Amino acid sequence: MALDKDKVAHIARLARIRVEDKDLAPIGKELDQILSWIEQLNEVDTANVEPMTSVASLKLKRRADQVTDGGYPEKVVANAPAAAHGYFTVPKVVE
Amino acid sequence: MSLIKGETGEWEVVIGLEVHAQVSSNAKLFSGAATAFGAEPNAQVSFVDAAMPGMLPVINDYCVEQAVRTGLGLNAQINLRSVFDRKNYFYADLPAGYQISQYQQPIVGTGTIVLDMPDGSTREVGVTRLHLEMDAGKSLHDQDPRLTYVDLNRAGVALMEIVSEPDMRTSEEAGLYLKKLRSIVRYLGTCDGNMDEGSMRADVNVSVRKPGGELGTRCEIKNVNSMRFVQQAIEYEARRQIEVIEGGGAINQETRLFDSKQGTTRSMRSKEHAHDYRYFPDPDLLPLELDPAWVDNIRASLPELPDPKKARFMKEYGLSSYDAGVLVAEKDTGAYYEAVAKGRDAKLASNWVTGELFGRLNKAGTALADSPVSAAAVGELVDLIADNTISGRIAKDVFDAMFETGKGARAIVEEKGLKQITDTGAIETAIDQVIAANADKAEQVKAGKDALLGWFVGQVMKATGGKANPAKVNELLRAKLKG
Repeated sequence: MALDKDKVAHIARLARIRVEDKDLAPIGKELDQILSWIEQLNEVDTANVEPMTSVASLKLKRRADQVTDGGYPEKVVANAPAAAHGYFTVPKVVE
Repeated sequence: MSLIKGETGEWEVVIGLEVHAQVSSNAKLFSGAATAFGAEPNAQVSFVDAAMPGMLPVINDYCVEQAVRTGLGLNAQINLRSVFDRKNYFYADLPAGYQISQYQQPIVGTGTIVLDMPDGSTREVGVTRLHLEMDAGKSLHDQDPRLTYVDLNRAGVALMEIVSEPDMRTSEEAGLYLKKLRSIVRYLGTCDGNMDEGSMRADVNVSVRKPGGELGTRCEIKNVNSMRFVQQAIEYEARRQIEVIEGGGAINQETRLFDSKQGTTRSMRSKEHAHDYRYFPDPDLLPLELDPAWVDNIRASLPELPDPKKARFMKEYGLSSYDAGVLVAEKDTGAYYEAVAKGRDAKLASNWVTGELFGRLNKAGTALADSPVSAAAVGELVDLIADNTISGRIAKDVFDAMFETGKGARAIVEEKGLKQITDTGAIETAIDQVIAANADKAEQVKAGKDALLGWFVGQVMKATGGKANPAKVNELLRAKLKG
């Protein structure tokens, strides 16, 4: 499977990673290698194997419907690069 | 089926809805922060909701129960094993860069919703699936000319996304589907259905085709937040697509935004790349496994839902499909009606509740819960009509007074002296006076002009201040003039 430059640019865009034009081809090659390794894994027949979701046989933990958290808006926005009146602020997202 | 006429003939509109219904719960889906509406910005946010590093989601058991309850209410298949996935996209109100949702293995599978059509018939719409997911935060674009404000209070609140099959053909059907779905979740108590506060929002998928032809390319109109807007958006979008195709163009599959001020839809550029969500199972969460006995317990606790209740009202009270449909739309309404109808003339009770009471409540903009007239009071009024204490016409005046003052029917009838005159002597006296004053007309009736009889009934009613029993007046007049 060969990744062309457009595909690499698309993946980079989805991940919000800026990639210079000259780097697209080399990154495509690197990704190709990873994909070919995964294709190798795909050769194993897993038709009758349950997907493993955990190494130990654990059950999903559940919580009761009780309010036990929140109430600290100042802490929530403490690390925000920008905030105003208790809100996070970001450059205008135009619709 | 109703078709839209274009330049090249008729077109069929194909509609599917994805409804996001906020789960009624105290805490969020994966954190212990509160869900109440209208709190100060970011006051109901835990570090899990804010996606601080190292924070792990723990699922709210009750939200799962609510999703299962809704599935059962939609007569849908409950999947005992479902999986949470990450739906990846970047947006300022999504702090983790992904939404925890369900993709290939949702908690609820196929079900059905029955639409009550205005002509009394019914129509089934398929439900494809219901899955649990977390809501994103809220972006405010109008607070600052250069900034968008983000409030994460809503981030992490549990949503049920309920996806329909593309089974609807008119905007009216889409409206009825929303109405029925809202009614069912409100009966179940799984969502408050409050569209003003955003508890229910719809994404509308619209495409057009020649009747019976291949499905056309669809457009998705995002986040429409009222039933009226859903219908407006569909009507505009269908016409737009027909115009594009008939003008020689093609429809691009895209996400569009509804502009409620202009009643139009427009392309949402920002979502151009958003359809590649790269779902994968969330490694922070194990599969959700349900115990069949637990599901059966929920099933056993379901209330009587609108459809079976409607069938019962038709059978037990002899109501029409339409009247029964109106009465069961809200749980309160059905209960109110039954309190009035128990042991009384069920049809008469229905007329007073759906006609007189609802009419006045609508006009006053009052909810049934705040009605100045209780079910017991309407019952008392119906009793007074049934035992001929007052006539149906006077009853309307009595009801007006009840609505205004909150007093009982009997008290008002006594106070205003509105008791019906059933005493033959008193009515006869009134009749004799009317006949004496209109001897010429009386002669005409005697000569066979029956049409004038109604006029005489009216005059006698007027003379008695509307209190005479109309049936009795009629009977006595006939005896005197035609006898």
